[in-house]
Amino acid sequence: MSPELIQVSYSLKIDTVTTDHAEAQRQLGICTSCRYCEGYCAAFKSVTRHRTFDVATVSHIANLCHNCRGCYYACQYTEPHEFSLNIPALLANVRAQNWEEHIQPRVVTRHMQRYIWPYVMLTALFVLLFSVAVGAPWVSALPFYSLISHNTMVLIFLPLFVLPVIALILGLRRYWKSIGGKPLKLIHVKEAIASAATMKQLDGGQGQGCNYEAGERYTSIRRWAHQATMYGFLLCFLSTSVATLYHYLFNYPAPYPFFSLPKMFGVSGGILLTIGCAVLIYLKRMADEGLGSQQRQRAEYTFTTLLFLVGLTGLLLYWCKGTSVAGGLLIVHLSVVATFFIAIPYSKMSHGFFRLAALCRESQLSSRAL
Amino acid sequence: MPKVLDAPEADLSLVTPGVGPVTSDVLVVGGGNAGLCAAICAAEAGATVTLLERAPVAYRGGNSRHTRNFRCSHEASLGVLSGQYRVDEFYDDLLRVTKGNTDEALARMVIRNAPESYQWMSRQGVIFQPSLSGTLSLSRTNAFFLGGGKALVNAYYQRCEDLGVAIHYNATVIDLHIENNRFDGALIEVEGEQRYLRASSVIIAAGGFEANKEWLAEAWGDAAKNFLIRGTPYNRGEVLRQMLNHGADSIGDPTQCHAVAIDGRAPEYDGGIVTRLDCVPFSVVLNKHGERFYDEGEDVWPKRYAIWGRLVAAQPDQVAYSIVDEKSRELFMPSVFPAMSSDSLEELTEKLGLPVAQSVKTIKLFNDACSAGDFHPTELDGLCTTGLEPEKTNWARALDTPPYYGYELRPGVTFTYLGINVDDTARVTFDGRQAENIWAAGEIMAGNILGEGYLAGFGMTIGTVFGRIAGREAGQYVTGVDSSEL
Repeated sequence: MSPELIQVSYSLKIDTVTTDHAEAQRQLGICTSCRYCEGYCAAFKSVTRHRTFDVATVSHIANLCHNCRGCYYACQYTEPHEFSLNIPALLANVRAQNWEEHIQPRVVTRHMQRYIWPYVMLTALFVLLFSVAVGAPWVSALPFYSLISHNTMVLIFLPLFVLPVIALILGLRRYWKSIGGKPLKLIHVKEAIASAATMKQLDGGQGQGCNYEAGERYTSIRRWAHQATMYGFLLCFLSTSVATLYHYLFNYPAPYPFFSLPKMFGVSGGILLTIGCAVLIYLKRMADEGLGSQQRQRAEYTFTTLLFLVGLTGLLLYWCKGTSVAGGLLIVHLSVVATFFIAIPYSKMSHGFFRLAALCRESQLSSRAL
Repeated sequence: MPKVLDAPEADLSLVTPGVGPVTSDVLVVGGGNAGLCAAICAAEAGATVTLLERAPVAYRGGNSRHTRNFRCSHEASLGVLSGQYRVDEFYDDLLRVTKGNTDEALARMVIRNAPESYQWMSRQGVIFQPSLSGTLSLSRTNAFFLGGGKALVNAYYQRCEDLGVAIHYNATVIDLHIENNRFDGALIEVEGEQRYLRASSVIIAAGGFEANKEWLAEAWGDAAKNFLIRGTPYNRGEVLRQMLNHGADSIGDPTQCHAVAIDGRAPEYDGGIVTRLDCVPFSVVLNKHGERFYDEGEDVWPKRYAIWGRLVAAQPDQVAYSIVDEKSRELFMPSVFPAMSSDSLEELTEKLGLPVAQSVKTIKLFNDACSAGDFHPTELDGLCTTGLEPEKTNWARALDTPPYYGYELRPGVTFTYLGINVDDTARVTFDGRQAENIWAAGEIMAGNILGEGYLAGFGMTIGTVFGRIAGREAGQYVTGVDSSEL
């Protein structure tokens, strides 16, 4: 890159959907010459290993970034400085571009990364479908499986779950190849999971937290809210998995009593998920949207809202069992769950998997365990 | 680059000493590290504090936003600092760089107080990190700020806000009213409006004059026009000049500034750390006539970068060109601007705007003067030229492996040495007598301790220790309570 290029590209194009590679090179080139932010996170440790930044390196760094924003508020080169750095926005854009590039069909990813309407359409479509399927029992107090048989549910949801997961796995494979990933060893996965399990990358490097919603001040609220959401989701997933095993392996069909594994996992998970999502949405409203991928904000809100509704309707269904709204609730719950399943690879949900991949790669690159 | 206006015309009719309400107990002039430490300590001592910052919010903090560490003595491991760095070793390091041009009592006081200040800083919200990659040589002596100096400045501003310090940005001091060693008030301009602000005491922490090219030109002549200013454009020395005009005792060489050789393509102001270039020891350096002018390999770069600012400043048009070949490309930290490169020396020197024939001749002569030997980039390897004037005494390897790379060098001014004299309580003196209610901290008084040269991270140590002392003393003066025990 010539100095002329540096001159002309001073103004950062964060408003556009895509960030071109030259701009990423320019900004990260300034970072690696400075290195003041090295202590914040793995992304910056990776930056300091490079003098120049090819496409693969930028993709890797972008997916390592957890958008804690510590580097932005500490930066001496943010606007109005002529170097005009905005690393959180830059990496947020590159990250989303990676997902849009690697997860197919791309047209679906692009739309679910940027717009609200696919989520609304899908949910509405499922409400219609389920209403027809169960004979529109909008006001019904009947138990679950008298409305929809277990086998019908499995028949509908299995492909809804499996097909998107296949798309996700293929996308991850393409991403892994694009960043030059090597065959994984257990230690890489262990290190990556340890980082994700504690959301280490949101601790700010010294445990002080991140700068997401409170500007220059550090807080740990986002880290907690994210973990509530993540563990809440995993508990719900566990609940469904256990129930499936009960059903098919132990011939022990639902409904289950409160003191059973599916219920214990499901209710605690649902509460965590609902609260976690609500707090994440609140924090996002507090945060500076100029430090994220602005064009994708609406879809991010929509996805988090969807996840919130998955948790909320699940909990309501549990509490409203046997009442006249249970039928309607079931339809809404099944519809948001179905939409969510489809959204797994195409929405913001994919960030978790890509980030885990980036953490695995970072473990390969940074440790002696290669 | 932010637009910095010269000090506005003073509306002297507004200056009404002794009349009108006293706005605050302590007025702090300058919102960099020293001023912030002073404001926090004065507020903690129970004083009401007003802080004036010349810059807008985005550029607040003076040159502290470009700093990255704090030099700190320690008997045992302390926070991110390992091993020990005794007061005597620290003082010896200072003696070496200043060639004895220091005040031993003040210097030792700062050095002794550093570890306690480290803990105080942590309590104010400053977060430290282990030394950065590429700075291993500082890991024992310097505590790095997580995120650098701007993160430190942010932490202090938050602390000031929490303590109720009234902060004014875009605030220029037009004049200080000082009579009989006593401060009465300051004529200030905030957002285009002038007013006279009275306070019971004042702490001057307004930095040096390194961004004031007219003032630099008084010592350097027209050459100053070609200087690059590494830090904030707001350090114009206006308050320093006012203090000197009012008769405050001065200290430090009025003509000297600390200047290093940096990438010539850096912005005129505020380029900061990323404009530094470490390639000189492995290179051949030519002036604009294509001639060498100094031994590039005299010593390791950390010990020589400071003299190269002045060396380049002494060359025609204050510019020089550092040329390396492929063998040396990975041996130094790159600046933010990519090198000019070419597979031939002819093309490279032309791209750099050098006279091609003369430049290539100089490099050929240099190459012929090099001889085979063991090259060690990290130590003085004695690999020198023979029969060359000026000779290169270390790391002399022929430029013979394309591609060749070239960087333009210019003097980058970091800080100035001229300041005002203080005693060990940070109180300013006028004709050797203590001012009644005027203290100073930071770069504006650093010349008391740092008469010449520089020691990485020591400016922050001086600013922090003296800022805290000034704040505590001023707080005690206005409240009558000794807070040193707090």
